[in-house]
Amino acid sequence: MAERETDFSDLERRLGVSRRTFLKFCTGVAASLGLPSGAAMAMAKAVADPKKRPPVIWLHGQECTGPSESLLRSEQPSLEHLILDLISLDYHQTLDAGAGHQVEQTKKRVMAENRGKYLLVIEGAIPVKENGNFCKIAGETMLHLTHEAAEHAAAIVAFGSCASWGGVQSAAPNPTGAQGAPQVLKGKTVVTIPGCPPNPANFIGTVLYFVTYGKLPPIDDKGRPKWAYGRLIHENCYRRPHFDAGRFATEFGDEGHRKGWCLYKLGCKGPETYNNCPSLEYNNVGGGVWPIGVGHPCFGCSEGGVGFEKPMFALSDVLTHTPPNMFPEIADRGEAGGVGAGAAALAGAAVGAALGATAMAARKVDEKDREQG
Amino acid sequence: MKRRDFLKAALGGTALAASAGAEARPNLEPAPEAVGMLFDATLCVGCKACVSACKQVNGMPPEIEGGNAAWDSARDLSGDTLNVIKVYRNGSAAVKDAEVDGFCFEKRSCMHCVDPGCVSVCPCTAMRRDPVTGIVTHHPDVCIGCRNCMVGCPYNVPQFEYDKLFGQIHKCQLCNQAGVERIDKGGMTGCAEACPTGATLFGSRAALLEEAKRRMALKPGDVYPYPRGDVRKPDSFHEKAAPAYKRHIWGEKEAGGTNVLHISAVSFDKLGMPPLGERSAASIAESVQHTIYNYMALPAIALAGLTYVVRRNSGDGDEGGES
Repeated sequence: MAERETDFSDLERRLGVSRRTFLKFCTGVAASLGLPSGAAMAMAKAVADPKKRPPVIWLHGQECTGPSESLLRSEQPSLEHLILDLISLDYHQTLDAGAGHQVEQTKKRVMAENRGKYLLVIEGAIPVKENGNFCKIAGETMLHLTHEAAEHAAAIVAFGSCASWGGVQSAAPNPTGAQGAPQVLKGKTVVTIPGCPPNPANFIGTVLYFVTYGKLPPIDDKGRPKWAYGRLIHENCYRRPHFDAGRFATEFGDEGHRKGWCLYKLGCKGPETYNNCPSLEYNNVGGGVWPIGVGHPCFGCSEGGVGFEKPMFALSDVLTHTPPNMFPEIADRGEAGGVGAGAAALAGAAVGAALGATAMAARKVDEKDREQG
Repeated sequence: MKRRDFLKAALGGTALAASAGAEARPNLEPAPEAVGMLFDATLCVGCKACVSACKQVNGMPPEIEGGNAAWDSARDLSGDTLNVIKVYRNGSAAVKDAEVDGFCFEKRSCMHCVDPGCVSVCPCTAMRRDPVTGIVTHHPDVCIGCRNCMVGCPYNVPQFEYDKLFGQIHKCQLCNQAGVERIDKGGMTGCAEACPTGATLFGSRAALLEEAKRRMALKPGDVYPYPRGDVRKPDSFHEKAAPAYKRHIWGEKEAGGTNVLHISAVSFDKLGMPPLGERSAASIAESVQHTIYNYMALPAIALAGLTYVVRRNSGDGDEGGES
């Protein structure tokens, strides 16, 4: 007990975060991951133990550094401190203080020393046309660097839509042949945290899970952690009742838009985009700050084949139907038809059977009489 | 024996008169300013906005099933539901508009037949076809509640309120019944107005048929601007790649045609549409009936037969008792 207290006081010194705030943060992350409250303590212990910090190699490809920027601006208490102390960020092209040969050497050394133990984070798309010549760092192509770093990584996380499925660079005509990390690293498990920019909470939650349990959280067929990308935005959207009731905003600033009606007719991609935006919102400022919350239709930034692919005002496909959207089958005739007819047939069959049985019995009796007589 | 021969001859004569008699009535033609709707099943996303809008316009309550008071659970048309979205499912039901392992939405509401069976069978003109707009209307003030229209409709549309003491027949009247009159006021139906994808499109029958034919001519994948609202003056368009339509416009010819047209990528027998020829049931039935009664032929022959029998039996013949 005393030991743990010391651990936390050490953490307080290290991060400049009070023990209470830190535990609150861990509980919040555990809750958003859908883990029991005991997991919060396990996470807190894992974070407080500096020996468990995994080294991280962070690569940047074709992108705008949006994911790193959103991560730096994530919630209080000063999460950049926490994230930098939670992991041992040994190589990051935009955050590293050093430059040139010095950092490249550090990267090579860390990768060699921590073979099979480091976490690889990829940010940005990887061009593959013309041997990946369109994106070079320290004289090497991003394509080569990705394969090199992925070979001995303990886990690979693709952070942002570009790294997850190609992002804006991969939109037609895609002159550089930009691809996401899962397409480039075929055969390897890549956890994807798509979004443009991605929600930092989804990244922190996944990394904390990895640090705490030493394995990656359950993921779907596109590598997305199920706790964050398990449901369509449409399913959790607070404008959904308007969709169900047929109340749609038809243009920006019209009556329906001012009243907060459903944005489907304006091209909202919520019905085909998997993300947890309706529950987490964005930037941790509250007050419904996320695209649909402020009255703009969802753009589908985190969904490959939707964001940067479908026109803004094109209608989305409604991918799933959950209650109250339950549909009667074509043959369903409701109470008046199907059930009534079925009951009638049953009653008819019963009457018929009774009649038949009586007739048979009568004949049998008759025959018996004749035999006796 | 003689009497039997006579009756046989009389019956044969009637049949002969029927076959050689007045010309069979052809299908009715669409009304001069026929209005209707085009339902494109491939555009329907199953939001049921049309179902809510219909209930709002027509002042009908939601149907509650199994204590689930949170939403409308209508399973078919009824006295409280004039429009319902149903689903076709096959196998895993994963792909929209696929016949195998797919699903498809289908709208059920009055088809507003060009030659309506319900109008033909109604004994007291409670069902009428509007001579100008072709809308099939119901007039409860003259309805005697015989429910012939329910039998006469091939789509099972008119519904009787069996749960009420003085139940009435209810059916979609294209939002133009007394007190609503959306069409007369230049508006459109509630369902077409609410539809976010233009799956339910309002317009004149001619314009809708033209639109449906344009869609039939599309190759799968062609990007087409789909109109919303009224096809003659759409309030907006949305672009979408065309699906693999079945080359069949339901209602162009079926049983004399309908003012509400359906198109789909799943064949209509799977969507619960009845097997109908091009001839309307109303025209066949009316041809037979009107021929039999042509020039009062059947009553005249029947009267002649009866007169013969009566005279034979009541005359001064000695074998009066035999029969």
